[in-house]
Amino acid sequence: MTVMDLSAQNVPVARGIAETDVTTKMTARHVNVFYGTKQAIKDVSIDITRENVTAFIGPSGCGKSTFLRCLNRMNDTVDSARVEGEIKLDGTDIYTGDMDVVQLRARVGMVFQKPNPFPKSIYDNVAYGPSIHGLASSKADMDSIVEGSLRRAGLWDEVKDRLTESGTALSGGQQQRLCIARAIAVDPEVILMDEPCSALDPIATARIEELIDELRGRYAIVIVTHNMQQAARVSQRTAFFHLGTMVEYGNTSDIFTNPVEQRTRDYITGRYG
Amino acid sequence: MNSAQVASRPPTDWASPKMRTRIARRYRSESIFRNLGLFALVLAASFLAFLLFTVVRDGWQGFLSTDVKISITYDPAVLGIDPAATKGPNAQAALQAGDFQAVMAAGVAKLGDEADTVSEGAWLVLRKQLMEDPALLGKTVSVWVPAKSTIDLLAKGKFDLSKPELERGVSDADVAHFNDLKKAGLLRTGFSRIFITGADSTSPELAGIWGATVGSLLTLFVTLSLAFPVGVLSAIYLEEFAKRNRWTDLIEVSINNLAAVPSIIYGLLGLAVFLNFLDMPRSAPVVGGLTLALMTFPVIVIAGRVAIKSVPPSIRDAALGIGASKVQVVFQHVLPLALPGILTGTIIGMARALGETAPLLMIGMRAFVSDTPVGLTSPATALPVQVFLWSDDVARGFVEKTSAAIMVLLVFLLLMNSLAIYLRNKYERRW
Ligand SMILES: Nc1ncnc2c1ncn2[C@@H]1O[C@H](COP(=O)(O)OP(=O)(O)OP(=O)(O)O)[C@@H](O)[C@H]1O
Ligand SMILES: [Mg+2]
Repeated sequence: MTVMDLSAQNVPVARGIAETDVTTKMTARHVNVFYGTKQAIKDVSIDITRENVTAFIGPSGCGKSTFLRCLNRMNDTVDSARVEGEIKLDGTDIYTGDMDVVQLRARVGMVFQKPNPFPKSIYDNVAYGPSIHGLASSKADMDSIVEGSLRRAGLWDEVKDRLTESGTALSGGQQQRLCIARAIAVDPEVILMDEPCSALDPIATARIEELIDELRGRYAIVIVTHNMQQAARVSQRTAFFHLGTMVEYGNTSDIFTNPVEQRTRDYITGRYG
Repeated sequence: MNSAQVASRPPTDWASPKMRTRIARRYRSESIFRNLGLFALVLAASFLAFLLFTVVRDGWQGFLSTDVKISITYDPAVLGIDPAATKGPNAQAALQAGDFQAVMAAGVAKLGDEADTVSEGAWLVLRKQLMEDPALLGKTVSVWVPAKSTIDLLAKGKFDLSKPELERGVSDADVAHFNDLKKAGLLRTGFSRIFITGADSTSPELAGIWGATVGSLLTLFVTLSLAFPVGVLSAIYLEEFAKRNRWTDLIEVSINNLAAVPSIIYGLLGLAVFLNFLDMPRSAPVVGGLTLALMTFPVIVIAGRVAIKSVPPSIRDAALGIGASKVQVVFQHVLPLALPGILTGTIIGMARALGETAPLLMIGMRAFVSDTPVGLTSPATALPVQVFLWSDDVARGFVEKTSAAIMVLLVFLLLMNSLAIYLRNKYERRW
């Protein structure tokens, strides 16, 4: 998928996205989402690449979370939600019968706004995903998956002596990193993060941002954030949403220094939001 | 209000007399409410204390019984037992068939005038003794046998002997016999094994609570093993799987209404369905259990749904988000977290079932059952029904037995409710 395809399909703006050496993980075309009769997402098309961190920004209530939750079908759990359009993971439509939703969610992991570890031990939190998907062949295998995930989430040194303690006994920032470790333990291809730092202090936030940077390239990462500096720091691509539509999508540096749309400019400069 | 007005407003005088009266009024109304609340609490507590006090005062002696010492000769001839048969394999049956009433009559006759003081059912004690110790056959031993109820009550001081004979409920002859026996040292009052281990009887001195206790336990067993799984599964289905539509709304309303249906209606239902239509045995714990299960089921469903609802959605999201299936989410995450709440609700429902009388009366568990039930289909009664039956009995000795039975019932209820509280505190919300 290249920029040509995108513009051919009326994607609002996708300037400067012309590298040919990136792998497109997910594509969304003409996605509409309704809650009952209320439309929350209007005709959004976007490509998510593996090499880049994609940030979704926009004022509150514009549909960022709604769209993010379409990408791993978490909206299925909302009775009133209805999704139209086409979303593909590696070329397979995730809303058709070919795609098993349980497997989809293992391949497209999610980190939530509020840290939500299971009220189980730290070890069990991380081991839960691999165990239900049968990813570990032995106890030793599981141990190494758990250690590896905690290391990659930058939490290992802090918890290695207390793996049997409850995950809920950790600090907020540690809990969020535990949730990230839990998500990467099933070795997903895409990680969706919905305002992962909004409940954290600046130090914990910096720690998570570092972590996102380290994970980049291995996983396609999509992050929703209200923090412009954060979007500028961690992402390479930024999509600006407003009232359910995607107004502008492009390289983060372009969006922040030289946006095309007036609405984007206003939002970024803090004139509304 | 413009800034000039703001400026012209005089400063608030917090110490003015008006302010002071306002403060005083506030303190007064606060203390009135606090005292009213305290009063209500004290009133409720004293009602409870009064209830407990009267039950214990009337009931504690129900656990005691008075025995008379008689001398018994286990004469094989009188008993009609062949001594050879007691060595054989059917020894117990041979002993059981003996004519213990004749042996007792012979022993009691030796008391002379006081023969009338012994309970008519005392031969049961003799039979038990000989069956436990066959070596006594042919020997003469002194045995403590239950005195008749009047003597027992005299020993416990239940009669006002200063009243004239006709008003005090006990004859002069009985009083004289009692005094004679007492002087001769042939009476003792102590802990009653019969009350703790026996079943119902027409004579108060031979009546026991164990039969009703076993009946209650069997009934509750049936209730629990039916209402718990059905109730929990229904709660899970309604809460986690069912789509919200008119049908589930209707079911929800029906279940909430079921919980408020008077229990006698369940009794009628049980009577119509289990006894008349399905032709199940009368007075059986299985039928009582089924009937009470119908009654307990909505309680468990409601408690279960509340407990399941209180598990935060973020836990479900977390599990779904790493690819757990719906069933895995429910059974590995939601249910373990909801279980303490479900158990608490279940125990409270079971405690209610234990105290339930009306539906059991309807399905025949008010029958007079003098044997401890041995199975789910043998005739049985239950603790609250036993209380009801004894409270209805004219024999004066049953008054204290009724209160004693209430004490036993209260102990069970107390145990169950403490268990519920313990579970609730132990598994406080951990998220
Ligand atoms: N479960 C739901 N049922 C009905 N409407 C919903 C539901 N979830 C979200 N909406 C509506 O959809 C719109 C988009 O909501 P969404 O949560 O996606 O916004 P958002 O961009 O993530 O906002 P925020 O930045 O505040 O998190 C809002 O108008 C919201 O009211
Ligand atoms: Mg959101």
